[in-house]
Formats: sequence, C-alpha cells, structure tokens
Amino acid sequence: MQAFWFGVIAVLWAGFFLLEGFDFGVGMLLPAVARTDERRQLALRTIGPVWDGNEVWLLVAGGATFAAFPEWYASVFSGFYLAFAVLLVGLIVRGIGLEYRGKAHTATGRSWCDAGIVVGSFLPALLLGVAFANFARGVKLDAAHVMTGSFFDLLSPYALLGGLVTLSLFLFHGSTFLALRTDGEVAAHAQRLGRLLGPAATVLGAIFLVWTATHRHGAVSLILAVLLAAVLIGAVGYQRAGRSGAAFVGTAVATVLVPIWAFAALWPNVLPASNNAANSLTIHNASSSHYTLTVMTVVALIFTPIVLAYQAWTYWVFRARVTGASLTPPGSATGQLIQRARESAQQAVRPQVRPADATGQQQ
Amino acid sequence: MDPTMLARWQFATTTIYHFLIVPISIGLTLQVAVMQTLAYRRGGSEAGLTWDRASRFWGRIMLILFALGVVTGIVQEFQFGMNWSEYSRFVGDIFGAPLAMEGLIAFFLESTFLGLWIFGRGILSPRLHLASIWLAAIGTVISAYFILAANSFMQHPVGLVYNTERHRVELTSIWKVLTNPTQLVTFPHTVFAALMTAAALLVSVSAWHLRRDGVQADPVHGKVVRMSIGVLLAAVIATSVVGHFQGQVMTRQQPMKMAAAEALWDGKSHAPFSLFAYANVEQGKNKVDIVIPDGLSLLATNTPGGHVQGINDVQAAEVAKYGPGSYVPVVWLAYWSFRLMMGFGFLAGLIGLALAWQWKRGRLSTSGRLLRVATWTVALPLLANSFGWLFTETARQPWLVYGLLRTKDGVSTNVGSGFVLTTLLGFTLLYGVLGVICFRLVRRAAQAGPDPALPPPAAERIDDQISLV
Repeated sequence: MQAFWFGVIAVLWAGFFLLEGFDFGVGMLLPAVARTDERRQLALRTIGPVWDGNEVWLLVAGGATFAAFPEWYASVFSGFYLAFAVLLVGLIVRGIGLEYRGKAHTATGRSWCDAGIVVGSFLPALLLGVAFANFARGVKLDAAHVMTGSFFDLLSPYALLGGLVTLSLFLFHGSTFLALRTDGEVAAHAQRLGRLLGPAATVLGAIFLVWTATHRHGAVSLILAVLLAAVLIGAVGYQRAGRSGAAFVGTAVATVLVPIWAFAALWPNVLPASNNAANSLTIHNASSSHYTLTVMTVVALIFTPIVLAYQAWTYWVFRARVTGASLTPPGSATGQLIQRARESAQQAVRPQVRPADATGQQQ
Repeated sequence: MDPTMLARWQFATTTIYHFLIVPISIGLTLQVAVMQTLAYRRGGSEAGLTWDRASRFWGRIMLILFALGVVTGIVQEFQFGMNWSEYSRFVGDIFGAPLAMEGLIAFFLESTFLGLWIFGRGILSPRLHLASIWLAAIGTVISAYFILAANSFMQHPVGLVYNTERHRVELTSIWKVLTNPTQLVTFPHTVFAALMTAAALLVSVSAWHLRRDGVQADPVHGKVVRMSIGVLLAAVIATSVVGHFQGQVMTRQQPMKMAAAEALWDGKSHAPFSLFAYANVEQGKNKVDIVIPDGLSLLATNTPGGHVQGINDVQAAEVAKYGPGSYVPVVWLAYWSFRLMMGFGFLAGLIGLALAWQWKRGRLSTSGRLLRVATWTVALPLLANSFGWLFTETARQPWLVYGLLRTKDGVSTNVGSGFVLTTLLGFTLLYGVLGVICFRLVRRAAQAGPDPALPPPAAERIDDQISLV
C-alpha cells in the first residue's frame, strides 16, 4: 500500500511536470517568441484554458503527500521553507498575470502582467529542479526527521545544476509546445529558439545524470537516466527536422521521466538523510496508517479515471491550432457582433435564393 | 518575536484574506450558473436575452475574483507543512485525507470546467457550456465541504485513536470525520453565508446602477437586484437558523468557546444574553454588562432556565482533565467577534428587508437614499465572515486540535522567527497590492455595466432593406 502511494505521488508529479512544464515554458518564452501584444495573446491562448487545471496536479501531489506520508510532507515543506515561499510567490504572480492580462486596460498594466508571467514561470521552473536534486541527494535530518541544514545548504552546486536542468527542459518543452500549437511568427520563433534550447537541456541533463551516477548506484535509476538522455536526444533530432509533433512527444516523455527518475532514485526512501542513514524518511516510517491509505486508495481509484477523462476531453475540445483568428473570443461583445454578422451574411444569402416571394409579398 | 505568534499571524492574515474571496467564488458562481440557466431555458425571449447579458456581465466579475481566490488558495495547501509541521505530523493521518480529497475531487473539477466555461463559449454546445459553469460551481461547494470537515476535526476531533508509539492520532473512521456533528452545522452555515456574501455583492452593484440611472437603468440590474434581494434574505435567515444550532453544538462540544463568546464568567441557570460587556480578566468578571434576561439559556439550551457553564467552571474542569494551565481564550476578542459576526449579518438582512419593502411598493429604482446605502451592502457579510472565523479560531485557543494538541506544540521547530517574519511581510505586501488591483478591476467592470444589447436579429433588417428596394 505504501508502495502504491509512492507510485501515485510519482505519477502526480509526472503529470504536473508534463502539463505545467509547457505552461512554465510558454510563460518564460513569452517575450522571446512574441513581441507584439497580439502575438503574446496568441501564445498565451495555447495555455489559457488549461493552466489552472494543470496547476492542480501540484496541489493534489501536495495533498496526497500530506494524506499518505504526513512525515514527508511535514519535513519537506518546513525544511524547504524559503524555497517554497518563493515558489508560492511565483505561482501567485503568474496566475494573476495570466488571468488579469486580458482585463488590463493599459499597455503598462499588460506589461506588468507579462512580467508576472515570466518571473512567475521562471521561479518554479528553477526551484522544482533544486528541490528534486536535494531530494535525490539527501538532506540533513535529525532523529525526529526534522531538517536541520540551513537554507544555503540547499543551494549546493549540484542542486543548482538540477534547477538549471528543469529550467532548460521546461523551456525546450514550451518551445516544442508552441511550435505545435500556434502558427506564423510565434511558431517560427519558438522553432528557432528550440534549436538552442534542445541541445542546452540535453547537455545540462547529461552532466547532471553523470554527476548523480558518481554517488548513487541503482540499476533502475541508471536505466531511466539512459532512457531520459536518449529521449532528449531524439527530441532534439525531431525538433531540428521540424517535426513538431514528434518533438513535442519527445519533450513530453522527457519531462515525465524526470520525476520518475527522481522517485526511482529515492526508493524506498522518501527523504534520505545525508548525515545519518538511520534518520532517513522511508515509505514505511513516513506513511499514514493502513486504514487511511485504504480509504485514500478507494477514493483515488474512483476519481482518478474521472479526472483523467475530463482533462483529456478538455484538451480535445481545445485541440485546434491557435491562430490569429482564434483571438476574438466568441464570448466577447466583439465576438458576438462578428458571430451575428456571420449569421446575417448567411441569412442574406437565403432570401436571394427565393427573392420572388419575399419581394412579391411586400409589394 | 515568538515564532508561534508569527506563524499564527501569518495563518490568520492569509486565511482571512483568502476567505474574503472564497465565499464570493462559491456564491457568485452558483448565481451566475442560475442566471445562465434562466437564459438557456428562456432562450430567444426578451427575458432570456436579459439573463444572458446578466450572466456574461456577472461572469466577468466572478472571474476577476475567482483568480485571486485560486492563487491565494495555493498558499493554504502548503502552509500546514511550512509553518505547522509538528501539527502536520500529529494529525496528518486524519487531516491530510480531506485535503487530498478536496484536491482530487473538487479542485480539478472547478479549475478544468471553469477553463472550459471561459474559453468554450461558441466552441461547446450551449448545453455543455451551461453544464461547465454548474460543474465548476459544484466543485466550489465540494471543496468547501472537505476543507470544513478538516476544520471541524480541529474543533471537535472524532473518528480517531491515539498512537502512543508514534505520538500521533490515527484515523479509525473516515465516515465519522466527514459526518462530524460540528461539520453538519458548520458546512451549511458557511455555504449560506457564502450565498449571502455573493447576493450582497449583486445587490451592491445593481443598487449603484439603479441609483445612477433610475428607471432608465439597464433591465439587467432590475432583474438581478430582484433575484439577489430574495437570495440575500433567504441566506440571512438560513445562516442565522443554522448558526443557532451551531451554537448549541458548540455549547456541548466546546463549552469554553460559548462561555467566552458570552463573557459569562460563572455558570448559571437563566443565563442572560449579553449585548454589551466590558470584562476584567484578572478578576474573572465583567465590569459593565447589558443583557437580555434568559437569552443565553434560551439560545444554548432551548429553555429559559437552562444551565450554561461559565468560563471559570470550564477552566476548573479542563485543569482537572488536562493538567494545570490556562484554558481561557482572549475573552474580549471572542465576545466582540461573536457579536460583530452576528451584527453585520443581521444588518445585511435589514438592508435586504428595506429593499424588498420598496420593491413591493414599486419604488425601488427611485429610492435614492436607500440605494446609496445598499451600495455598501457587500461590506457587511465580508466583515461578518471575517469576524466569524476570528471567533471560531481564536476562541478555541490554547488548543489547535481541541483537547488533543496545543497551538504552541503544532508549530514548525526548525523555521526561525526571521523566516516567518519575512514571509509574513512578503505575503502581506503581495496580497495588499493584489487586493488593490483586484478591487479596481472589479469596480471598473461593475461600473461599466453589461455589454449593450445586441442589434435586433439580422433577418428583420434584411426584410426592411428588401422592402426598401
């Protein structure tokens, strides 16, 4: 049961990396791929309907950790206190930027929102990698599983490299996503940037994985590391060949593999103690009682398929590539007028088919 | 500064702020869903078109507020672990479950379908589009259920066993936690208060427009104000009735809280309901006290002669049960927040009554002075909500989980005061700025009013053109 919940939380993080990964990427790439306001609207439209639902994967990962492994939740969130505070600030300004951009009435307001989106995407993208690198490497824990290191212990070169890996990976992921989901200038800029971002992510990822291999020896995590590297190289290849669909699949698989790799490296620990292995938090000493895990399992088995079905359906609804024409939302006043105009144009055609009785009756 | 106090300030600040928005999210989403349903049912008719414009106008305002509720909600999910990690270790086995269920069942639902509703207009069929707003609204209510179940556990822990070896409480019945008697009164009280808050917002904005434009006001405001006066009055009554039962549950489960709410130092039969009191805590009695005879006994026990325990009685009982120490919360805070909660709630009801009276007489859109007052209605439930939470959380002190864990034992041991102070100031500053931005956006959207009615359907105009030929 503990193993099952370890897996569930890994899957939640994987879903979060996959989905918010491109949201963060699009957010950070915004000024680079889109100079004009119209293009920025277009780029943001690709994530507009889904970013909030994607962010919930993080909330549920947090909630599931609390429910299934309360000791893990307590140690990590108090131990990485400032990092999580900064991450929260990032998520707040990003969310507000995304939601208020369309409501801002001045260019200054919009540029503040853009700044919020860029900074608010950058901070989590970097900090998530720093956090995962620290998990994989281990932190200082006392016998009560309380983290004892200082904030700056968490910013070791290894952890910072981990941050750069997720940062570059999300940027690359965002670029393949934009190339796939938009057209015109935005897609072209994304494609061009992807040519730089892909190799950068691959090189940083490779250095990080080699560094990890020097202090951690597990067959499974080694296989996953090789797989991750191979997928990234494949994605770079497809990206350069201009095959945006295949390139996006590649970056998607790579973002999913990152948390899977980290969790595989952790197993059966959830938070290894670097100072004294006996103090490590494992899936056993961190977990909830058997009864709680059973309850949560029943709930997860019922609701996860439902959630996956409607989220997938959402992507299906918004599957159309975002082009200049999609920018006038059908719900807005202008959109309504356009729709009315289209309807009247259609109806204008109809009377012409049978003008005789229309005019005949009125004369 | 004491880290526990700082962590409490941080929780109070972020939670009260979050809860300024949440009731509006819950209540307004439900009412926008109702507007859109009316538009859908009466599609094509004059009334249907007005409701359609009403749902678009109020949907716009709802989204501005909803966004702030979402981003401030993320902080809530994580601050139990950040500032209250010892608490999380102690109750996580129980408390984490409703939180995780809230995420999986409610957050996904509301965020996904709100996204579909915003961007799906014109892409989805009208029926699916309508279903989206209902599912988002239902998501907000489910979310309220789970988080209030978690809070009710802190007020009245049930369904648990204490594990001495791991020094924590463990869940024995999720059913008991989800149907906690505290929860069964708290949930309806909170949801009715949410409907009251959103209705008050609808009243405020509609009143502003009616006062400015009189009989020429957009018909949207007339329709909305009539609906929202009804919702407001019904919600005030429902919140009070449920609140009465809640008070009785509280008297049984947390006698100290009720005694503090009344500043009733010594228990008595025929206990009066105090209207105004000034307490001397050191002497353990009130200096000034203006009362309604037998009022409290009636409220708490349904009989005028019922016995109600006083603060000094409960203190003695808890010392006997839990050992030496003070079990008395800050009495003036409990006393006044309890009164202000009820007072502001009833005041909102009074405005609703006055508006209903003028509406009955057909003078609503010409009663300028009343409409001017009514423009401020929304402030009243917002204040009532905040004082309600201040009361229920501070009057539980010194307990974090009643009878099980003291607040000072729940705080993170490895997070220094400097860190907490930094984040407290940071969040307060950020929330302040966002509050100003949000308020200005809402005010501008509200004052701009609904989009103008569209030109009459195209076919007629074409006929006109043809006849001209």
